[in-house]
Amino acid sequence: METLYAITVGILTACSIFLILRGRSFPIVVGITMLSYAVNLFLFSTGRLQIDGAPILGMVENPTDPLPQALVLTAIVIGFAMTAYAIILAVRARGEIGSDEVNDLDTHEQSEGHR
Amino acid sequence: MISQHLAILPILIPLFTALLQLLPWGDRPQPIRRALGLAATLLNIVVVLSLLQQVSTKSIIVYALGDWQAPFGIVLMVDQLNALMVTITALLAFPVLLYGCYAEDNLGSHFQALFQFQLMGIFGAFLTGDLFNLFVFFEVLLISSYALLMHGGGKWRIRACLHYVLLNLTGSALFLISLGVIYGATGTLNMADLSQQMSTLQGDRAALAYAGGMLLLVVFGLKSAILPLHFWLPQAYSTTSGVAAALFAIMTKVGIYAIIRVFTLIYGAEAGSLSGIGHDWIWPLGMLTLAAGALGVLAARDLRLLIAYLVVISVGTMLASFSFATVETTSATLFYMVHSTFITGALFLLADIVAFERGKTASRIVSGRRLAHHGLLSVAFLLAAITIIGIPPLSGFVAKLFILAAPQMDTQGFWLWAFILPTTLTILVTVSRAGSKMFWHTLAGKPGDQRTPRGKLVAMFMLLAVSIAMTLFAQPIKDYTDATAKQLSDIAHYRQAVLRPELGGNHVD
Repeated sequence: METLYAITVGILTACSIFLILRGRSFPIVVGITMLSYAVNLFLFSTGRLQIDGAPILGMVENPTDPLPQALVLTAIVIGFAMTAYAIILAVRARGEIGSDEVNDLDTHEQSEGHR
Repeated sequence: MISQHLAILPILIPLFTALLQLLPWGDRPQPIRRALGLAATLLNIVVVLSLLQQVSTKSIIVYALGDWQAPFGIVLMVDQLNALMVTITALLAFPVLLYGCYAEDNLGSHFQALFQFQLMGIFGAFLTGDLFNLFVFFEVLLISSYALLMHGGGKWRIRACLHYVLLNLTGSALFLISLGVIYGATGTLNMADLSQQMSTLQGDRAALAYAGGMLLLVVFGLKSAILPLHFWLPQAYSTTSGVAAALFAIMTKVGIYAIIRVFTLIYGAEAGSLSGIGHDWIWPLGMLTLAAGALGVLAARDLRLLIAYLVVISVGTMLASFSFATVETTSATLFYMVHSTFITGALFLLADIVAFERGKTASRIVSGRRLAHHGLLSVAFLLAAITIIGIPPLSGFVAKLFILAAPQMDTQGFWLWAFILPTTLTILVTVSRAGSKMFWHTLAGKPGDQRTPRGKLVAMFMLLAVSIAMTLFAQPIKDYTDATAKQLSDIAHYRQAVLRPELGGNHVD
């Protein structure tokens, strides 16, 4: 189980890094979303993987660590808000700049002259 | 009663002020929002000053949220370093907000509330004693900073903001990974408890904790703009509005504070095999950041870009000095941090005023028309320049003197001198070039007719006055930073204050 889990997290992270290194805002946002999934899964596993273990003392013989679950919940909420903001910002940037290139050179030089 | 809950007030006051400011206040809400914001910021200054006074007489204040004792609950921890940082923030926030109240807050919606949320995040990050809580407050301050950075809108601001947001989202993911790794290796996220666990780690777990610590350095390096991670800063700071840039003078310091905290308390002298893992990296990176900043100021053709690179230089100086890890150098670093925060804030406000009064040439370093307040602003620029360069007699000189005098004169100390002195020369050349172009080589003809409101000038001079006051009161401030550095090195004291073994709050493994 641990191996499968580790491979899943690894593949998700690798894909997200590939996407983040693209030059357009949409793949980057998708990549960051995917990275936050991978991170959430990873955080969850830091309490050690265990099947049928409720995070409450006294309910089962081997209770699991409740803290990573709380951490993941917090991280999901924050990640969701941040992703929403990033998407809106990317759409705004696409509208105002007229391209979803994160870094194209001509417009950058214009910006130097603009200031 | 109030004094017992003093530690949480700097977080609660901005929170409730922001919520009040968000209420619909009739047809003309702005005056009420401004009054609320200014009153809350003043109140916060009172609160943090009494915190400062408490920690300088008593030892560490530990505030257990919901009375859940550490290491199981989240604690707020106020030692002298925390108190110093929140005091700087509160003192910076008031003039900047005052400046913002002169129509700057009409450029976009909810500037006032965002400003308070930003303060809440910064105060929270400075006060918390728990690593995950630090992450949460980082996110609070980041999401408001995303909005503040965009304040006023415009193409180039949005592009800079997009870079900033995407980089910081990636940084947040790395932060979470490092927290996961550290939690997996030690089973705790409370800073004092972590410092206790680090020394007992063996084998694989020690390696994991090492990786976690290095990841934390990357994350904080991104926040504080260390060399390979500093490329977002000049663009973001030079395109945003002056008031946001001035407030962001404290943002890089949040990263530096986190580095100081984590690499003295958790990976500090008592971390066994993991002690001092950060310092080997912070030293060369700090020096290279200095050099990169110096190249940046030489290339800058815009006053605001120039100031942004001065921020990079100050980050490099602080890290290089901190990496010596002695009480004297840490104290010098803290003194420099106070100086650099206020002067950077003042410079960004000044650049904004100058850009406004010059009209079309804005803040580009070219000859332009005379300003409406030409004499006054020239004097202000001269004072600010003397301070930031480090020419006697103002606070910049004192701060640099401490930084240079603190380390022992061995090879490492020599390299510090060899980097800082030429950098200072570079700053001298570029800042005087900017000043003479913008204030002396003015075009013939009528001076500009755009006059800055008096309140904005007052706000800027308030920040400049802090620098002058720092020169006058250098001795008491240095005494305080000395005591702070000494307290930072006394790790056992933290463990005792936070974990309180006499209450049976020991970590159960």
